[in-house]
Amino acid sequence: MSITETPVNSPEIRRLEPVLEPGHTYASVTDKIAAVVLTRPLGIGWLAGFTITFSAVMMLFVAVSWLIIKGVGIWGINIPIGWGFAIVNFVWWIGIGHAGTLISAILFLLNQKWRTSINRFAEAMTLFAVACAGLFPLIHTGRPWMAYFMMPYPSTMGIWPQFRSPLIWDVFAVSTYGTVSLLFWFIGLIPDLATLRDRARHRYQQFIFGMLAMGWRNSARHWHRYQSTYLLLAGLATPLVLSVHTVVSFDFAVAIVPGWHTTIFPPYFVAGAIYSGFAMVLTIAIPLRKAYGLEDFITMRHLDNMAKVMLATGLIVAYGYFIEFFMAFYSGNKFDVFLANQRLHGPYSHFYYALLLCNILTPQLLWIEKVRRNVPLLFCLSLVINTGMWLERFVIVIISLTRDFMPSAWGRYSATLWDYATLAGTLGLFSMLLFLFVRGLPAIAIAEMRELVHETHAKEHK
Amino acid sequence: MSEHRRSLLHGVMGEFETPEDLLDASKKARDAGYKHIDAYTPFPIEGLAKAIGFRWTAVPLITLLGGVAGGLTGFGLQYWCSAITYPMNIGGRSLNSWPAFIPVTFELTVLGASIFSVVGMIALNKLPQPYHPVFNVERFVRASTDRFFLVIEARDPKFNLAETSRFMQEIHATHVIEVRDEE
Repeated sequence: MSITETPVNSPEIRRLEPVLEPGHTYASVTDKIAAVVLTRPLGIGWLAGFTITFSAVMMLFVAVSWLIIKGVGIWGINIPIGWGFAIVNFVWWIGIGHAGTLISAILFLLNQKWRTSINRFAEAMTLFAVACAGLFPLIHTGRPWMAYFMMPYPSTMGIWPQFRSPLIWDVFAVSTYGTVSLLFWFIGLIPDLATLRDRARHRYQQFIFGMLAMGWRNSARHWHRYQSTYLLLAGLATPLVLSVHTVVSFDFAVAIVPGWHTTIFPPYFVAGAIYSGFAMVLTIAIPLRKAYGLEDFITMRHLDNMAKVMLATGLIVAYGYFIEFFMAFYSGNKFDVFLANQRLHGPYSHFYYALLLCNILTPQLLWIEKVRRNVPLLFCLSLVINTGMWLERFVIVIISLTRDFMPSAWGRYSATLWDYATLAGTLGLFSMLLFLFVRGLPAIAIAEMRELVHETHAKEHK
Repeated sequence: MSEHRRSLLHGVMGEFETPEDLLDASKKARDAGYKHIDAYTPFPIEGLAKAIGFRWTAVPLITLLGGVAGGLTGFGLQYWCSAITYPMNIGGRSLNSWPAFIPVTFELTVLGASIFSVVGMIALNKLPQPYHPVFNVERFVRASTDRFFLVIEARDPKFNLAETSRFMQEIHATHVIEVRDEE
């Protein structure tokens, strides 16, 4: 689905590794990707992984049920710390979701060929991450069955949402983001569902994929409209993805709490979101390509490029941390200065130092080409960055809330077992959905891979 | 194709091995004066829609309408809630505090445009349509893998089974197949 032709024969591009290993044909890419869904037996690894993650989901059910029975008092939150883990986890998950749309929309508009084999599962990852994220504000309300109060609907009480509040903006931003990501993912899937329908051997597979593909028959007229929609959706999703974490950052930045009330928040939140999102894509891509032998499609070029994106966004995040400090002292506002000192010397300073270690210091290893090409090390680094980004949200939420204007309003926060169980439970939910996804739907966009084969052949013949 | 059933002719299908062959054949079919033709390919091919005489799609217009509708709904909703039906004086600020309404307006613009675009595309393609005569052709499953098909439909005024089949062979189709619509 190219917009313009890249200068394929330029020496810069030739030097790089291919985005698709040579020797593949339309049939071979189709066979290889479709086989994972249609014919491959369930391995012991998949079953073990699914069992573990399914158990974690059961734990999540227990944790949420107990929360609904007893109320949010089972968590570590108490005034002045009303947000705690729920909001930390919400921001972390929604941030992770950003890489999917970034890869599918922004890299599409920029005509980056290497997005092709990673966009599908990155989009799936986005959906699952948004599902996990959405759970937290919902259960954090304490009475999730009243959550519809946030929607504008004509109630008998005659009250309407407060549209001047970032928390309401958040409801609209996250639900729009979830919906548009789902649409984008689904229309990308339609041709592949038709491919699976045509290749399916069992009746039930033909029926399920046939229904989902809606009778897609690869007509040139259909493709033409399809491409038009795909391009438009990419154009719409690009500002959307930037707006979502901006709105999330408004939840903080619009409040006057020290450490939150800064203008650097929107760009630095967006950069952090992409940073953690790419880390999560690597966390998933590395085991996936190994387990299903997809090294030909997710090549070193992909891993290398993602590592570079992480390095770049990591530096933007580092700049954000620096500006936070600089502005605190430059402004001369005593509350901001105090909060900056609290980050370095307060009761939660070890979290702050761990954050600097995970998010700024360790990722500098990515400057070294050998590190970017060392797959196990890259996997470990992606986990370190995921942890670091979680710590960042913890530092932002907890330190500011425990140390606001008056010493009489200061407090301490420690998470309870239920907080940890809920966090671990959403990790389980996220992973379980991914396990189901890789076996139920094509994890790599097959039609786009065929297009890539075509473009690769066209290059060779020129 | 089952012979014992009554069947209507849908058209003649030609199979090609490469996208370039198909593109070339489509142009020749157009040049020969055929109007009702369609092509089936495992991935979108640049210039093919134009070659079979399909230029304009309403998708961008529908998307624009969806965006405008979403944006107006978004702002209208907020204005109506905050300034008309449920006015609240907060720090003496104006009831129509429009800068605060921008985020939701933006989100609903994107939402409206996206939903219209996707639903519009699916509707214009007349999907869901589980049955279509081309599916009766056994070789057609390869349209989603590695073969490229051109169909000249029977409703074309210039269509003649024998002549059109010969024409398909002339434009180098590797296989020429009758497509029948089973009743």
